[in-house]
Amino acid sequence: MAKSSIKIRAKIKKGACEVKSLIKHPMETGLRKNKKTGKIIPANFIQEVNCQHNGKDVMNALWGTAISTNPYVSFIIDGAKKGDTITLSWVDNTGAKDSAEGKVS
Amino acid sequence: MNMKRRVFLKGSLASGMVAVAVGAGILSPRQVLAAWPKNAFEAKSVNDAMNGLFNTDLAPASDAIKLDAPDIAENGAVVPVKIKVDMKGVESISIIAENNQTPLIASFNLAANTHGYISTRIKMGKTSNVIAVVKAGGKVYSARKEVKVTIGGCGG
Repeated sequence: MAKSSIKIRAKIKKGACEVKSLIKHPMETGLRKNKKTGKIIPANFIQEVNCQHNGKDVMNALWGTAISTNPYVSFIIDGAKKGDTITLSWVDNTGAKDSAEGKVS
Repeated sequence: MNMKRRVFLKGSLASGMVAVAVGAGILSPRQVLAAWPKNAFEAKSVNDAMNGLFNTDLAPASDAIKLDAPDIAENGAVVPVKIKVDMKGVESISIIAENNQTPLIASFNLAANTHGYISTRIKMGKTSNVIAVVKAGGKVYSARKEVKVTIGGCGG
């Protein structure tokens, strides 16, 4: 299995669980040109990110091209316990996708 | 492919319910992609983007939204943005940069047990207002902050 493009950390702080995630992705806008050839680099960006806590949707993000390269996202959920499973998955405009699982600590 | 099957199998081992949920999660990208609001994301103006997303371009300013972004961003390709909402029933948080070629940056839909909080990093083409649009209890609110950009981050 190829190395996952997703890093995910979930930690309980003051009773709430903060989920932090870093995704490796070029996030090409389709506006940039290749400096050598002058050709436009085709757009390649994540359109949808979904996060589940124990199999239940907690966050569903729709993204455009203006999220930074190697996107970072963090949010806070209530009612998570140590050892719970957090699953994060993404799909980009070319149909590529990935998902990763993390445990709450 | 392998990995997805493994996730699915793991789910079905744990319990039928989880399997259904995980299965739905894996199968959903196609359906959800259909829901990706192309009009809103490709809109060239803030109003069009707002209309595409919320069917309204009116979003009264609210003090309950705290938009945390730098005053000056040296590098427009990576502008950290933090949004904290002190409201009940936050359904979604969207980020818009007024002067970007396509102003709508992202829209985060949050479940009921999720805090009104999002932290991420965005690209900005030039100096512009960053607008946080929050949908809570069926109503739309906003907050804005100007971010000065010294080097644009949208290429071109």
